[in-house]
Amino acid sequence: MTPAHVTVAGLTIEAQTDDGSTLVIVDDVSFSIEKGQVLALIGESGSGKTTIALSLLGHVRPGARIVGGSVRLGDQEITALDMAQLRSLRGNRIAYVAQSAAAAFNPSRTVMDQVIEPALAHRIMQRPAAQAKAVALFGALGLPNPGKIGERYPHQLSGGQLQRLMAAMALITGPELIIFDEPTTALDVTTQIGVLQAFRSAVRDLGTTAVYVSHDLAVVAQMADHIVVLNKGRIREAGTTDQILHAPRDDYTRTLMAAARPVPTTGPAESDTARPLLQVDGLTAGYGKVDARGVPAIPVLHDLSFSLQRGEILGVIGESGSGKSTLARAIAGLLPPARGAVRLDGRTLPPGLAGRCRDQFRQIQIVFQNADVALNPAHSVGEILRRPLAFYHGLRGTAADARVAELLDRTRLPGTLADRRCTDLSGGQKQRVNLARALAAGPDLILCDEVTSALDTVVGAAILDLLAELRQELGIAMMFISHDISTVRAICDDVMVLYAGHAVDQGPRSAYAAPPSHPYTDMLIASVPEMRTDWLPDGAGALALPPIGGIDDSAALCSFLPRCPSRITGRCDRAFPPHRQLLSGNAILCHLEEHELRGSRQHAEAR
Amino acid sequence: MTPVSALRWTRRLPLSGRVGLFFVLFWALAALVGPLLAPYPIGAFVDQNVFSGASGQFLLGTDYLGRDVLSRVLLAARYTIGLGTGAALLACLCGTGLALTAVVSPAWLDELLSRFMDTLISIPSKILALVMVAAFGSSLWLLLLIAGITYIPGNYRIARALAVNLNQLDFVAVARARGEGRFYIAVREILPNMIHPLLTDLGLRFVFIVLLLSALSFLGLGVQPPAADLGSLVRENISGIAEGAPALIVPALAIATLTVGVNLLIDALPRGGRRG
Amino acid sequence: MASPISAGSSGTRKIAIMIAGRIGLAFVTLFLVSLIVFAISDLLPGDAAQEALGQSATPAQVAALRHEMGLDRPAHVRFGGWITGLAGGDAGTSLVANMPVGEIISQRLPNSLLLAAFTALVSVPLALSIGIASAMNRGGRLDRALNIATLSMVALPEFLVATLAVLIFSVHLRWLPSISMVPEDAGWGEMFQSFAMPVGALTVVVVAQMARMTRAAVVDQLDRPYVEMALLKGLSRRAIIVSHVLPNAVGPIVNAMALSMSYLLGGAIIVETIFNYPGLASLMVNAVTSRDMPLLQACAMIFCSVYLLLMLIADVVAILANPRLRTA
Repeated sequence: MTPAHVTVAGLTIEAQTDDGSTLVIVDDVSFSIEKGQVLALIGESGSGKTTIALSLLGHVRPGARIVGGSVRLGDQEITALDMAQLRSLRGNRIAYVAQSAAAAFNPSRTVMDQVIEPALAHRIMQRPAAQAKAVALFGALGLPNPGKIGERYPHQLSGGQLQRLMAAMALITGPELIIFDEPTTALDVTTQIGVLQAFRSAVRDLGTTAVYVSHDLAVVAQMADHIVVLNKGRIREAGTTDQILHAPRDDYTRTLMAAARPVPTTGPAESDTARPLLQVDGLTAGYGKVDARGVPAIPVLHDLSFSLQRGEILGVIGESGSGKSTLARAIAGLLPPARGAVRLDGRTLPPGLAGRCRDQFRQIQIVFQNADVALNPAHSVGEILRRPLAFYHGLRGTAADARVAELLDRTRLPGTLADRRCTDLSGGQKQRVNLARALAAGPDLILCDEVTSALDTVVGAAILDLLAELRQELGIAMMFISHDISTVRAICDDVMVLYAGHAVDQGPRSAYAAPPSHPYTDMLIASVPEMRTDWLPDGAGALALPPIGGIDDSAALCSFLPRCPSRITGRCDRAFPPHRQLLSGNAILCHLEEHELRGSRQHAEAR
Repeated sequence: MTPVSALRWTRRLPLSGRVGLFFVLFWALAALVGPLLAPYPIGAFVDQNVFSGASGQFLLGTDYLGRDVLSRVLLAARYTIGLGTGAALLACLCGTGLALTAVVSPAWLDELLSRFMDTLISIPSKILALVMVAAFGSSLWLLLLIAGITYIPGNYRIARALAVNLNQLDFVAVARARGEGRFYIAVREILPNMIHPLLTDLGLRFVFIVLLLSALSFLGLGVQPPAADLGSLVRENISGIAEGAPALIVPALAIATLTVGVNLLIDALPRGGRRG
Repeated sequence: MASPISAGSSGTRKIAIMIAGRIGLAFVTLFLVSLIVFAISDLLPGDAAQEALGQSATPAQVAALRHEMGLDRPAHVRFGGWITGLAGGDAGTSLVANMPVGEIISQRLPNSLLLAAFTALVSVPLALSIGIASAMNRGGRLDRALNIATLSMVALPEFLVATLAVLIFSVHLRWLPSISMVPEDAGWGEMFQSFAMPVGALTVVVVAQMARMTRAAVVDQLDRPYVEMALLKGLSRRAIIVSHVLPNAVGPIVNAMALSMSYLLGGAIIVETIFNYPGLASLMVNAVTSRDMPLLQACAMIFCSVYLLLMLIADVVAILANPRLRTA
C-alpha cells in the first residue's frame, strides 16, 4: 500500500482567549488523504475546520499555536519547518483558496498581477509564461473574456468571478495540494453551482489532492471522496462520502443531516380571507431623489403588490441585492416608499415613521439577521425586553419582571439570562432574545429579515421550529425573508420570489412543488445542492444561454433577461413582461406561455 | 469601585500604564491639596539670591525674584490642571452634545453643523486660540472658554464619527421602528456605546489643552500675573537657562510628567471595555 | 507594481471632476474660515482707533481716525473690502509698523517655508521608518518601546524640548548658537549650525505623531484578509509590506503626513520664539501682543490656507491612489 499523500496525526491546537486562559480548538485530530483524492472537513462554526486546514500550510492565526501532533505532506513534516521553508512550500506545493475572495484580493492591484504572483515569487515561471498560463486557467475555469479579465481590479468583478480567479491563483504553480476554505459560502446559490463545477473539473483534470472545508453537507457531497465530520475541535466521524451520506454512524452527523433538510410545517386552518392583515399595493421604494413619476433615483423595489392574512407566513426569497431587506424596511417605515400604499388591518399606514401612532408601531415588529448588531451591547437582556413592555404597555416593576420571565420561557431561554449582557450570549441565544423583544410588543406581524442566515444549520433549524410554534400558538403573522428556498418552502404558506426588485413569482407554497414556475424560480430551485453525490452535472460551469439579438437599452425589459435560460429573441427583448397567472396558482412576470415554461426546470437541471 | 478591585485593576495595567497612573494621581493630589502644603507664602521673596539651586531650605531652589519654586509650582499646577480639566470637559460636553444632535437630526441640520465644524477645524488650534486671545484678552475665564472652544471641533468630529456608525446599526433601526423619539435614541441607544472612546478623547483633549495653555502662558499671552500656571513659570524664569536653574526646569518637567502621564495611562487602558 | 490599466477617458474625467470638486470645496472652506477669523478679530471690545491714539485723544480725533481707517463702515462692507484686498494681495496696513502687511510678511514667509521644508525633509523619512518598523513588529519588543517613546513625545511641551536643547547644545556643549539667525551669505556649515536646533526641536514635536499615524494606517491593512492570503502565497514579510500593504496605506499615510505638517504651523510658534527665528509664527505672536489686527488676520489666513492646501494634497493623493476611484 502506498503511503498517504497527506497525513495528519494527533494534531492539537490551542488558542488564547480574551481573558488569558487557553482553549483547545483542535483536539487530537488524525486523518490521511491519498494522492489525487478530495477530503472534506465539515462542521459548524467553532468546529476547528478552518484551523486544521490552515495548519496544513503550516499557518496558525495570531493567538493560536500548534501544541502537538504532526502534519506531513509526502515525507515532509510541516510543523517542523522554519519560516523560509514554509514560504517555499506555500503558494507553490500547497495552495489556498480563501472563503471571501472579495476580501482576499488586494483592492489596489489588478487580478492578473495577483494571480501570477505565486509563480513569480517562487521563480517557477517568467512573467509572460505565467500570464499565458493564467489566461489558459481563466478559460478552463469558465471565466468570461479570459484574455482581458486579468486587467481588471477586484472591485470590478463579481463574487463568483473572484472565487474562480482565486482558484486560478491557486492552480498557477501546479500545486500538489489545494485547500479550499468555504470557497462558495459567500456566494448566491445560483452562482455557487457554476463555481463548484469549475472547481471540481479543475481538480479532477489535474489530479490534485484537495481539502475542502465547508459547513454544507450537500455541497461537500459533490466535491469530496472522503468526509471528516468535526465538532468542537474533535472528529465525530470519518468515512467515504457515500457512507456518511447514507449510513451515518454518529448522532451529531445525523443531527447535521436532519437540520439541513427542514421538515415542512403545516399552517393554521384556512383563515377567512375577508380582510388581510397586511396589504401592499404598487410599492416602489429606493434611495435618492424621487422623480415626477414616483420612481427614486436608485430604485430597489418595483411595483410590489401582495397581501398577508393573520397568522400566515409569507416567504420572500431572492439573492443578495434583490431588495428583500429593503421590503422589510419599507413596511416598517424605516425607508418611506416612493410610491404605493401599505395597509395594515385596512388602514393605510403613513409611509415613514413620522405620523404612525404607537399602536401601529406595536403591531409591526422587525427582527434583523445579525443579532450581534440588533441588540444594544450596552444593555442587559432584561433592559432590552423591558423597554417595549414599558413603551407600549406601560408595564413596570414586578409586572414587567414577570412578563420578561414569561418571554424568556416562551423563547426557550433560561430565566437567569435577564441580568446578562447580550455580548455574553451565543448566536442562537441572541437571536431568541431578538425574537423575544419583538414578542414583548404583542405584535400582529413580525418581519423576519434573514433571521437564520447567520446561524449554524442546527441552531437555525431550532429557530425555525420556534417561529412555527409562535405562529401556531399566538397567531402572529410573519414575513419571512431568506435567500434559502428550502427553508422558505418548509415554513411559509405563500412565497414571493424577488429578482432585482421585481416580484417575478408569487403564489402558495404548493405551487412551487412542481414546474412550471418563473424561469428564475426554476433556476433557484435547481441550484440548491441535493444530498447525493451525482447531483452536480459535469462541465466547467460556464452558462450557455440562448443567444439574444440586440437589446434595446432604452426600453424597460424583463430584469432576468441577461441570465434567463428560456429567453426568446423577438419576444423577451421587446417589452416589459406581463403578469401571467399559472394553473398551479402562481402569478409570474414573464413573456413565456405556460406550455413554454413546462420544460424549463428540466432545462435548468440539465445544465 | 472598592479598594480591592481598584488594586486588582491597577495590577492588570502594563508598567507604562502604572507609571502614567502614578503621575496622574500625583498631580491630581498636588492640584487638590498642594497649595496647603506649600512651605512658603506664594508671592513671598524669601531668598536673597535668585536662581539658587536645590537646598534643604528651598527644596527646589528659588526663582528669578528669590521666591520658593516648590511653593510656586504647587500653586501653578492647580491653575494648569484646573483650567485644563474645565476646558477639556467643556470641549467634550459641547462637542459630543452637538455630535449627537447632528446625528439624530434632519440631514440639513447635520450638514450645517458639520460644515461649520469642518471650517473651525481648518484653523489650526494654536492659531485660533491666538486670534481669540488677541480679540478677547486672557482673563482666566476667557482662557478656559477659548481653550474649550478651540477643541470642540476635534471632539465633535470624533463623536460624530462614532455616533454615525452606531446610528447605522440594527439596534438603532429597531428602536426607530419601535417608535422611539430622537432624544431616547441619542441618549439611551447611542451614547452608552460611545462612553469608552469618549473618555479616551477627554484625556487627549486635556493633554492638548494643557499644552496649548502652557504655550500661551509661555508666550506671555496666557495666565497673567499675579496668577501663574506652569507655563508662566517657565516664561518668567527663562533667563535662568544659562545656569540650568531648577526654577526653569522643574515647571517644564512638571507639565511633561502630567501630559505624558495622562497619555501613558490612556494608552494602557483596556480597549473597548468589552469584547466585540 | 500595478501594470497600466485601461483607465478609460470616462474614468480620467470622473477623477478630474472629483479633484475639481475638492479644490472648489477648499476655496469655500477658506472663505468661511476668513469669515470666522474676521468675525472674531472684529468683535474686539475697544477699537483700533481708540487704541492707536490712547486715552488722551478727543472723541473728534478718534472719530477722524476711525473714518480714515474705515472703522465707521458697517461690518459686512469692511469684510468685503478686506477679503477682496486679500484676494488681490493687499492685506492692509500694519497698525504698529505702519507699513503694508504684505511687505512685512514677504520678508518672513521664506524663512518659515525654509524651516518647514528642512523639518519635513528630516521628519517624514524618519516617521515613515519608525511607523513601518513598528507596524511590522506589531506586539513585539521594538513596537512596544517605540509606542512608549512616541506616546511620550507627543505629549511633550515644545518649549521643554527647545529649552533642553539650548541647555545641552548651547550652554553645556557650546556646539550650536542659541539663537537662529540666517545670515544672507551663509555657507553650508553656518546653515546647518543655525538650523540644527530649531529643526531638531520641531522634528521631535511632529515625528512622533506622524509615526503613530503611519503605524496605525499600516496595522489597519495588516488585519485584512488579503494580507493573510499573501502570506499563504509564500511571500516574504518584506514583499507583503512593500507590494501589498503600502499601496493600500498610501492614502492614510499621506493624510497623516499632511496633518502632522499642519501641526508644525502651531509648533513653530514656540520654537521660532525661543530661537528668535524670524519666521511667520513669531511675527504672529508679536501681532497678538501688540494687537495689530490687520497683521494678525493676514498671518492667520496664511496658516489656514497652508492647512487647507496640505489637506487638499492629501485628498487628491488618496483619490489617485484608490483604484476604485481611478478606474471607476
